[in-house]
Amino acid sequence: MSKALLYDSTVCIGCKQCEQACAEQNHLAYNDAIAAEEIQSDHKMTVVLTRGEKFMRRLCMNCNDPSCASVCPVGALKKTALGPVTYDASKCMGCRYCMVACPFSVPKYEWGKLVPKVQKCTMCPDRVAQGKPTACAEICPTGATKFGERDDLIAEAQQRIHDNPGKYVDHIYGLQEVGGTSVFLLSAVPFETFGYRTNLSKDPMPMLTYRVLSHIPDFVPLGGMVLGGLWWITHRREEVALAEGPKAADDKKNGRTR
Amino acid sequence: MSRTTARSAFKVTFWKLVFIFLIAAGLYATFIRFTRGLGASTNLNDQFPWGIWVSFDVLCGVMLAAGGFTLTATVHILNIKRMHSIIRPTILTAFLGYILVSMALMFDLGKPYNIWHPLIMRNPHSVMFEVAYCVMLYTTVLALEFSPIVLERFNMQKALKAVRAILIPLVIFGVILSTLHQSSLGTLYLIVPEKLHPFWYSPLLPLFFFLSAIAVGLAMTIFESSLSSKHFGLQLELPVLQELGRVLVVVLGVYAILRFEDLANRGVLKLTMQPGYEMYLFWLEISLAIILPLALLLQPKVRSSANGLYFAAVLVVLGFITNRMNVSITGFEGSTGVRYFPKWTELAVTGMIIAAGFALFGMAVKYLPIFPKEELAHDEVAELDSEEPAVSAVMEHAGD
Repeated sequence: MSKALLYDSTVCIGCKQCEQACAEQNHLAYNDAIAAEEIQSDHKMTVVLTRGEKFMRRLCMNCNDPSCASVCPVGALKKTALGPVTYDASKCMGCRYCMVACPFSVPKYEWGKLVPKVQKCTMCPDRVAQGKPTACAEICPTGATKFGERDDLIAEAQQRIHDNPGKYVDHIYGLQEVGGTSVFLLSAVPFETFGYRTNLSKDPMPMLTYRVLSHIPDFVPLGGMVLGGLWWITHRREEVALAEGPKAADDKKNGRTR
Repeated sequence: MSRTTARSAFKVTFWKLVFIFLIAAGLYATFIRFTRGLGASTNLNDQFPWGIWVSFDVLCGVMLAAGGFTLTATVHILNIKRMHSIIRPTILTAFLGYILVSMALMFDLGKPYNIWHPLIMRNPHSVMFEVAYCVMLYTTVLALEFSPIVLERFNMQKALKAVRAILIPLVIFGVILSTLHQSSLGTLYLIVPEKLHPFWYSPLLPLFFFLSAIAVGLAMTIFESSLSSKHFGLQLELPVLQELGRVLVVVLGVYAILRFEDLANRGVLKLTMQPGYEMYLFWLEISLAIILPLALLLQPKVRSSANGLYFAAVLVVLGFITNRMNVSITGFEGSTGVRYFPKWTELAVTGMIIAAGFALFGMAVKYLPIFPKEELAHDEVAELDSEEPAVSAVMEHAGD
């Protein structure tokens, strides 16, 4: 049911048609100068990196349990059942916590605009909802970027590694990273070559903050009771001291409660 | 009051020039920010989305205003009455602090006019959402805790009575809200274990932020009382400050033990001895926030002297400002591979906000009954007493 993308960098020829299709899909400008930029930005949601004769795509991983959606105070970012992590610019207030939190440093900001929004690949949610593949997968001439059922793509990626010993790094990037994503990467060279973090936890990141946040409903009544109790004790002491006589009352005047 | 009239003649002094310069530069920077956007007015970029407006204006701002909840809890919950004399200036500092933080947010948010969105668009899984709510509610609590000072000034007895009736629940609510969001500012960073340098990333960040907020709350109270006594010619509440100093030693001690125990548990202690950019800033922070103030305050002679307390308090404040900057800026420079230094416009806006804070504090002291009458010069007390016999009764409830 949930969709995903499988990118096999050994099949990629670096034609960058995915970049162009992505730009068109998202109504962004695209030309030779932009094609030469090797960095994701507010006008480039996906980028094909070149290291010697090796290629690698970078795009939003559309995590299963995304940090960005978890940290967004207004719920502008959302994980959909079909896979895409979508963004609603009209909700966003521009706190940029998503950019700080994303373990893949994907969300980018329109720094140059007066009414800026976050820009990131959202896995073509409209196309996916209509049962169509993402723009990048549709245009790919070699099938390096493949769109399909998440489970099928995982099986296929495992099969490819199994059938071609020594061809791939024995790792499906995105299968376990931060609890799994909707984008899987296969590579012949270590993923670090292209700036991918390989030290990421296998657990979803949002648990790190939610573990603490989930105590709040307990803390509020407990804190109220403890503080209220303290108040009662200290003021009761004062009353008792007052009732017990002038010596105690004298102490009280000097601010001593005992 | 005669205090006001004596100062009303406008004289050009050094600090007035500094103030005018800061406000002018800040207004110009404000113009750039709102006509040309964040890109033109900051050194922020996709690698470094949070800069000094978050680090200093928000993280440090909220921390510097922590005296409010610490002291209201001490006076109203623990019923320690001898602290009463300093509660009004402390609440004023806190209230101004939160107003200025909200002001700074209007600069930092990409779409500041959407700042109200968390009210109706809720994401309870977001720390930022929780912080937004707590700060919003606590600013309201502070406004109510501050309101008696204004109501008194205009002699609005009915409203005063109403506020006093709900004072204790209000204080309790304020302490809970403060505990939550002071620690939550640390929780914000729990989600970036792979980005934040191990000197500063710790599962205990919420606790560290909370404890240091208490330490800074105490230090700020000492700092602000000392400064006020000098500037407004008031009698210094030395015994009260000495007591705050003693509590400060305990809080700093607990913080230091936990901090180093945590570093040791995570196996980072060795790293703190390897020279490098992060190492220098780490030790700068530890020296200013822990080592030097503790070395000073552990000596009874220093702890009981007004200047010693003042100096130690300034160190603690500077130390934990360094800590917040380290957590939010220094700690990210390694993983992002980018060095961030604020643009002049960012500094100008921050400077303007600080200047506004000092000015508003001065104005509040001038026009509102912030300091108890015993602290005024003797002739003024006589004058006040003859004019308003009610004042002394009112002062009994100072800070309610």
